[in-house]
Amino acid sequence: MDVTLDFERPIVELWRRIEQLRELEQSDGVSLSSSIEQLALRANELQQRIFSRLTPWQRTQLARHPGRPYVLDYVAGLMTEFTELHGDRGGFDDRAIVGGVARLRLPGTSVDGLPVVVIGHQKGRNTKENLYRNFGMARPDGYRKALRLMRLADAQGLPILTFIDTPGAYPGVDAEERGQAEAIARNILEMSRLRVPVIAVVCGEGGSGGALALGVGNRVLMLENSVYSVISPEGCAAILWRDRAEGPRAAAALRITAADCLELGVIDGIIPEPAGGAHRAVAETVASVGRALAEHLGSLSGLDGAALRAQRYDRFRSLGPVDALK
Amino acid sequence: MAGKRWFERPDAMAVPSRESAADPATPEFYTRCPSCTELLYDEALREAIKVCGRCGHHFPLEPELRLLSLCDVGTLVEHDGHLVARDLLGFFDSKPYKARLASSQKAIGRSDAFYSASGAVWGVPVEVGCFDFRFMGGSMGAVVGESITRLYERATERKVPAIVVSASGGARMQEGVLSLMQMARTCAALGRLRDEAGMPYVSVLTHPTTGGVAASFAMLGDIILAEPRSLIGFAGPRVIKETIGQALPEGFQTSEYLLDHGMIDAIVERSALRSTIGRLLRQLLGLPALPDEGRTTGTPAPVREAGSA
Ligand SMILES: [Zn+2]
Repeated sequence: MDVTLDFERPIVELWRRIEQLRELEQSDGVSLSSSIEQLALRANELQQRIFSRLTPWQRTQLARHPGRPYVLDYVAGLMTEFTELHGDRGGFDDRAIVGGVARLRLPGTSVDGLPVVVIGHQKGRNTKENLYRNFGMARPDGYRKALRLMRLADAQGLPILTFIDTPGAYPGVDAEERGQAEAIARNILEMSRLRVPVIAVVCGEGGSGGALALGVGNRVLMLENSVYSVISPEGCAAILWRDRAEGPRAAAALRITAADCLELGVIDGIIPEPAGGAHRAVAETVASVGRALAEHLGSLSGLDGAALRAQRYDRFRSLGPVDALK
Repeated sequence: MAGKRWFERPDAMAVPSRESAADPATPEFYTRCPSCTELLYDEALREAIKVCGRCGHHFPLEPELRLLSLCDVGTLVEHDGHLVARDLLGFFDSKPYKARLASSQKAIGRSDAFYSASGAVWGVPVEVGCFDFRFMGGSMGAVVGESITRLYERATERKVPAIVVSASGGARMQEGVLSLMQMARTCAALGRLRDEAGMPYVSVLTHPTTGGVAASFAMLGDIILAEPRSLIGFAGPRVIKETIGQALPEGFQTSEYLLDHGMIDAIVERSALRSTIGRLLRQLLGLPALPDEGRTTGTPAPVREAGSA
């Protein structure tokens, strides 16, 4: 939880000094309010300066920050009456993906009280949790559980909300043995056929096929400091330059930030994060996502099943323009 | 869109093979089998659609030969060979993506890594396509994605089956997240073929089929056939080995391994692919058997049984 990234250090250092001054004020009974105020101003300015020009690699680090909200935080903050539904009915329950039925709580919006199916990758915040969640890397069983829940939503006419945050699908022997490729492929195809609204939010790492397997939405949104990529920057660097340490360079080359993805047409909107990033203000981040969900669900409310399916088809059909030789 | 009529006769493909150039110890016009070291005469090897007559090793097969080997003579009409990639990312590694594309285009004489055609197999009209692994490892960027999407869309419109022969390392990194999106683009079109035309789709997996190609249309065949001993999987063996930190099981991610784990329908030798697909399509579409079926193609394709590895 208490992870400070390199580029955050100068900001955190200022905050620490402010804290020291406050303690001094308390213990010595002297007033240091003007110094504190000045330092706070400097800290805010510094934060703004650093966060207004984050590199793609810095955003990647933010996207992976263990303090960011995960799917269960969005469920807790935006929904009530959540019932988690488990299992792929084939012998497995993958804990790297969580899903269930819940009721949206977005007071003052048209979708307040709406039952939804919610599905997302769940990471852990420490080693123990991460071992339990397999670092948010799903096996085929997780994708098959997700598909089962999406079919339930489709049959009952419930909107589907997915929260994407995974380094990628799990590259392990058992995953391959049980058909990782098939499971991902199946989800992608079946999601394209759904007749209910699907909103996919990349809230952390959008890692390749393992992300897309929950990502075929009518709307695809990204949090400001999330990333979406065909391959991890380190994996790309290992292939191109035989050096995983070249990840920062690959992160820039791959155009993985929310702004890049918006420009390429891969996503429909960027959800703003609070100053300093989602991990500094989880509740605010969750609320920001809630506003975006209300807006986009509302905008899809006029479309029937066939229109939703057609809109999703056209959306993905247009991605990847090509030229024609004369 | 009107296609170009293409290779009326199979012998139009009798271009000298450059296989021998790779190995100075191998005489001109000969290729050494990497599996059994037999010296194979190039022209005979091409005639055997690049399968070693001694040990059955399947060499990589050029797309023209592949499509000719699958389809009825004189039925192939090419599509979408004029599509070329954009460099939307301005991607640059050791050289710019544009230059990488240009050198592949020059070496292979094609604009990208996928060949697409209308044709017929045993008299059944089909939309068919295959990868060219020589073109940037058969990687899937927007051109490959668009070509395959169009293939499924044509099949849907014409209400005919689709066949895709895969040989690809996966998504094309140089096109970034847009290459990832080709998985969704192609699979969505495949969904329409299934739901709107109700036509079967045969996926043929050849060496190697991995990454984003495996994790999209390649593993979604109503029927999935694989050539023997092909590498097929989602993650690469090296990545998996690094992740688990131990040796991989014997034969991991081969066609034989996938058959044993229920992931594919059958392993079919290259020489029997056409008859296997033709027979199945005629059966699935309720068409009568061809009168000379049993005789001209000999015994049914040597389909392996699970567990016989
Ligand atoms: Zn041999």
